[in-house]
Amino acid sequence: MNKITSTAIPLPQENIDTDQIIPARFLKAITREGFGEHLFEDWRKDKSFILNDKTYTGEILVAGRNFGCGSSREHAAWALKDYGFNVVISSFFADIFKSNALNNFLLPLVVSEKTLAWMFEMIKTDPLFEFTIDLEKQTLSTSSRSFLVSFDIDPYKKLCLKEGYSDMDYLLEKKSDVEKFEKSRKYDFHVRL
Amino acid sequence: MPKTLFEKVWDAHVVSQEDNYPTVFYIDAHFIHEVTSPQAFDGLRRRNLPVARPRRTWATADHNVPTKDQHLPIKELLSRKQVEMLEKNCKEFGVELFGLGHPWQGIVHVIGPELGVTKPGMTIVCGDSHTSTHGAFGAIAFGIGTSEVEQVLATQTILQNKPKTMKIEVNGKLGKGVTAKDIILYIISKLTASGGTGYFVEFAGSAIRDLSMEARMTICNMSIEMGARGGMIAPDEKTFDYLKGKVFAPKASDWDEAVTYWKKLPTDEGAVFDRVELFDATDIEPMITYGTNPGMGIPITDRVPETVEYMGLTKGQEMIGQKVDYVFFGSCTNSRIEDFRMAAEILKGRTKAPHIEAILVPGSTQVLKQAQKEGLDKVFADAGFELRDAGCSACLGMNEDKIPAGKYCVSTSNRNFEGRQGPGARTMLVSPLTAAATAINGYVTDPREFI
Repeated sequence: MNKITSTAIPLPQENIDTDQIIPARFLKAITREGFGEHLFEDWRKDKSFILNDKTYTGEILVAGRNFGCGSSREHAAWALKDYGFNVVISSFFADIFKSNALNNFLLPLVVSEKTLAWMFEMIKTDPLFEFTIDLEKQTLSTSSRSFLVSFDIDPYKKLCLKEGYSDMDYLLEKKSDVEKFEKSRKYDFHVRL
Repeated sequence: MPKTLFEKVWDAHVVSQEDNYPTVFYIDAHFIHEVTSPQAFDGLRRRNLPVARPRRTWATADHNVPTKDQHLPIKELLSRKQVEMLEKNCKEFGVELFGLGHPWQGIVHVIGPELGVTKPGMTIVCGDSHTSTHGAFGAIAFGIGTSEVEQVLATQTILQNKPKTMKIEVNGKLGKGVTAKDIILYIISKLTASGGTGYFVEFAGSAIRDLSMEARMTICNMSIEMGARGGMIAPDEKTFDYLKGKVFAPKASDWDEAVTYWKKLPTDEGAVFDRVELFDATDIEPMITYGTNPGMGIPITDRVPETVEYMGLTKGQEMIGQKVDYVFFGSCTNSRIEDFRMAAEILKGRTKAPHIEAILVPGSTQVLKQAQKEGLDKVFADAGFELRDAGCSACLGMNEDKIPAGKYCVSTSNRNFEGRQGPGARTMLVSPLTAAATAINGYVTDPREFI
């Protein structure tokens, strides 16, 4: 991921929990694929729900604060990604969801409440309004350039997103450090007998 | 420099730290279950990696298991396949499994402590957000996603950025009918469902010290419901008494050495937290939630502060007297033996209202056996309750146990999200005492009526 330009889908509700993103009854699968079909399944039963409105499309989801709270299920990130989202923009993300999203190259982008409110307004006014996310420059802008804000991202996670590098790749390189750590520990009452 | 409990445990588990990179953090114990592990094992297979430290990995089946006729093959095909996949994975990768039929099977966060796997000063992770439960022993314990489950299986480490620390102090004596569940629902109602995000919380103060280990687990269990990375409580004599003699607790001279170490863990005098919140235990009443996140809790004697359409509750109406259809006892929050004793105290010699469907699901097979040994099963049966086999049950609407659409369920579990207990289900979170009192009257009831 480096640069994304896309229209966005607005979901202004706050505290959207992972049970809404993907209800538990769809967690019986043993693979990572196919969860997009059930993204927001219970809300999609309502015909007026935003994902059922073809006016709104795009790979950016713009959501109310505290997005992804609740269960640690990574299936929520898989479902969003599988559905076609590459970025979720909100004013606040729950911790575990944020890690899960990043581990799946889904960018959780934090903006101020003010910017978020403005974005909802813009999308409502013009569903074809496009936003550009430049990961390298850490900016979110509109094509007309009339709007530009910068966003924070952990430098390591930025590297991961840019290079397609994962935590697993990094941790596997640390094997000898782990062995050294285990040998040097003073207290370890935690191994089974 | 004085350190907090969290900092001491954190510092003892840093494997390495490079500039501009997160910490490589060592994990002492890793719990896995059938729902969030299959894709992780699959990842290991794709990379051709073994489980690095199989003896630090503990497996059980809990989320997706039936709580009726557990001795029979699982009827639902996908659930059966998922549980069988866990068996297959554990066998292939050399991980011991306490699966269905095993005397130690149960909800991960119930069996860890009761087997003595969970100990002070440890780091514990699991692909489940309620892993924070184990913090009650003075451990750093938190929920992780499946990619991280795979990383821990492969390396016994995880990448973490050090969270901020928060102390939540609750002082004073709890009133009649007020339990640990009410304390935590009260705290979340004050700090909101996202108020703890970014923090690792230490619960302290005389009201917390006075709590049993089971009650402390209830508190730490719901830390995640205010968004906190985890919650922890300093180990003390109660912690040591609880652990002594447990299957996987240290023995003989190891025990003494362990206790000496554990006694050094509590937060030093003068240690600084990034944030401190103070609460007075005497302000806390039995609590109930009226909305669709755990921060939407009020004292049971209050009126609904805002209309919540999904819940069918209107601003200004009283909670007491609200009709209820189901009463669910269970989940990693309140399914330990002490919770069942609490419920039995109220239910003894009484019966549930005829229209109430009441199920009681023990957190583990050991809790079930203990309840039977104490004759609690008889009390529950006489009260018209159905006592089930161990599992997560109706807490999460994944297995056979669900609450039908539109029905009201008073539940001892931890989440009241829309559809959490089944599509359209309406959940009200309460303590075991309130659940028992409500079952008897058939409508939301202040437990103090029966105490």
